[in-house]
Amino acid sequence: MSNATTTTPPTHWARFRDSYLFYSFKHDWIAQVCFVIFVIMVSAALLAPWLASINPYDLSQVFILDSELPPFWIDGSDAKYPLGTDALGRDMLSTILYGARVSLIIGFGAVILQALIGVTFGLLAGYLGGRVDAFLMRLADIQLSFSTLMVAIIVGAVFKATFGGATYSEHAVLLLVLIIGLAEWPQYARTVRASVLAERSKEYVDAARVMGFRAKRIMFRHILPNTLSPIFVISTVQIANAIISEAALSFLGLGMPETQPSLGSLIKSGFDYLQSGSWWITLLPGAVLVVLVLVINLLGDWLRDVMNPRLYKG
Amino acid sequence: MIAFLIKRLFHAFLVMFVISVISFAIQDNLGDPIQQMVGQSVPESEREALREELGLNDPFLVQYVRFAKNAMHFDFGYSYFYNQPTTEVILRHLPATLELVAATTLLIVLLSVPIGVYSAIRPRALLARFFMGVSTVGISIPVFLTAIVLIQIFAIGVTFTPFPSETGWGSWLNDLISTDGGMPAYGRGHELTHVFGTWYTNFAGWDSLIYLVLPAVSLASIMLPLFIRLIRAEMLEVLQSEYVKFAKAKGIGMRRIYFLHALKNTMLPVITVGGVQIGTLVAYTILTETVFQWPGMGLMFLDAIERSDIPLIVTYLMVVGLIFVITNTLVDLIYGLVNPTVKLTGKPA
Repeated sequence: MSNATTTTPPTHWARFRDSYLFYSFKHDWIAQVCFVIFVIMVSAALLAPWLASINPYDLSQVFILDSELPPFWIDGSDAKYPLGTDALGRDMLSTILYGARVSLIIGFGAVILQALIGVTFGLLAGYLGGRVDAFLMRLADIQLSFSTLMVAIIVGAVFKATFGGATYSEHAVLLLVLIIGLAEWPQYARTVRASVLAERSKEYVDAARVMGFRAKRIMFRHILPNTLSPIFVISTVQIANAIISEAALSFLGLGMPETQPSLGSLIKSGFDYLQSGSWWITLLPGAVLVVLVLVINLLGDWLRDVMNPRLYKG
Repeated sequence: MIAFLIKRLFHAFLVMFVISVISFAIQDNLGDPIQQMVGQSVPESEREALREELGLNDPFLVQYVRFAKNAMHFDFGYSYFYNQPTTEVILRHLPATLELVAATTLLIVLLSVPIGVYSAIRPRALLARFFMGVSTVGISIPVFLTAIVLIQIFAIGVTFTPFPSETGWGSWLNDLISTDGGMPAYGRGHELTHVFGTWYTNFAGWDSLIYLVLPAVSLASIMLPLFIRLIRAEMLEVLQSEYVKFAKAKGIGMRRIYFLHALKNTMLPVITVGGVQIGTLVAYTILTETVFQWPGMGLMFLDAIERSDIPLIVTYLMVVGLIFVITNTLVDLIYGLVNPTVKLTGKPA
C-alpha cells in the first residue's frame, strides 16, 4: 500500500529523513516507544516458529502433566515455562507468540481487503457521483448503522451455519479476513469519498480530463495518490479495530478454533479456567492483545496529529 | 416536516425490506429443517412428503411472500430447540437485554457528560489529562476482556502480597490492594421481581440489582471513552465559537455559559452519534452476555447459532433490525426537531 516512504532506495530515504513526518517522530517519545514496542511485537509474532520453545500445535511436544503451571513470579512455577502453561500443558509464551501471529495476519489481511473494497467504492462514489454515489453511500450508511461488529457477527454466524463448524474452522483465517473485510469497508469508502469530492474540482483533474484520459486512469493515477494520507491514517486505527473484531469473533466461538488459536481464542479457552484460579491462561494473552491494540491506536493518534488530513466527520 | 417524516419512514421500510430478504435467504439456504424435525431413521419418501406439506418445495418468491406475510403478524415459526414460537422465546429474553442496556445507558449519561464537559473546560488540568489517557486505554481494551478482569477482581478476588505481611502496615497495605471478590458475576440471580408478562426486573431490589453491576459496568466501559472524547471535542469547538465569546463579553456568568449555552449545542452531535452507537451497543451485549451468562437476547442468539436453530436466528435478526431502524429513524426525527437548521425537506445531511 502506501509505504513508499519506509521501504526504499536511498533517494526516498533521504526524502523521508528530511520529512516533517520523521521530524515529529524524533520529537515525540510516545510515538517512539509505541513504534519500538510495535516492531518488537510484530517481529516476535512473525518469528514465532523460531522463537517459541515448543510448537503448541505439535502434540508430541506437549506434556499434559505440566498443565496449569503458573508464571515465573508465582510459587510452583517451572523454569521451562516462563509464563506458565495452559490447561493442556502448552507453554503460554509459545501459544501467545503463535496466537499473536494469527491475530496480526488476520488483522492485516482484513485491512488490506477493506482498503481494496473501500477505496474502490469510495473513488467510484466520489468521482462518478449521481446514482452510483447514492447507492454506495446508502449501503455504507445502512451497514454502519448496524455497527461493524454486529455485521461481522451476523456474517460470521451465517457462514458458520452454511459451511458447518468443521469446514469453518478449517478455513477460519480466510473466512475471518473476508468477514471483517466485508464488515468494515464503509469506513474507507466514506473517507476516500470525502477526499475525492475535495480533489475532484481541482485544476489538475480538469486538466487530465481535458487531455482525454479515461475515468479509470484519472481516478487511480491522479486522484488516488492525493487521498493517500487520510487512507494511511485510518489504516492504523482499522488494523487495531480488525484485531479487536477478530478477538471478539473468536471469543464468541465464531473465529479461530482452539487447535489454531489467535489471541481471542486463547482468551476464550482460558476463561473456563478463571474460576479454578488459573487467571494467567486468559489474562496474559489478554494483556498482549491490549498492549498490541493500544500501541497501534497511539501510533494512529500520532499519525493523525502529524498528517492532519480532512477526515470525514459525523 | 411531514415530507421529511414520510421520507424517513419510506427509508425505514426499505431497510426493513432488505433485512427481511436477507433473513429469509438465510432461512431458505441454511440447514434442512426436515432433518431438524425428524430423526435419522425416517425414510426419504416421508421426508419428501413432509417437505411438500410444509411448502418447502415452492419457488423462492412464493416462500418469501409467505414469510413476509407471517412476519407482519410477528409469526416466524417455531424454534427448533425450545419448540415454542420464536417470538415468545425472544420476548422472554428481551427484558434481560433491555435492562442491561438501560443500566449501561444510565451509567454512560451520568458519567460521560460531567467528565467530557470538565475535560473541555479545563483541558490542561491534571485530572482532565488523566481522563483522556484512561479513555485512550479504555478504547483499546475489548469489552470481554474488561468483563473478565472485573470478574477476576470483584467476583473471584485478587491477593497481592508485595509487602511483608508480618508487619502491621505491610498486611494493611496488602489488604488495601487485594480484593475479596464475592460479587455475583453470572446470570441474573434468583431475586427477580415480576412486572408483567415475560418481564422480570433486576431493578426492584438491592439483592437483584447487584447482579446488574458488573455486566453494566463492563458494557459502559467500552462506550464511555467514545462519548467522553466526543463531548469534550464538541464542547471545545463550541467554546471557541462567536456566540460564546459574545456571551462572555456580555458578562454572563461562566457557569451559565458552560451549562446552558455551550452544553446545548454540544449535545446535538452527541444525539446522532448516540443513535448510531446503539448498533454497537447491541453487538457488545452479545459479548457481555456471553461472559456473564446473562440470559438475554445476545446469549440466546449465540446459543441459537451453536444449535443451528435457524428460525430463532432469523427472528433475532429481524427484531434487532427493527430496533436499529426504529432508533435510527427516531434519532433523525429528534435531530430534525432540536436542530431547526437541518433542512428537513431536502436531502438528509
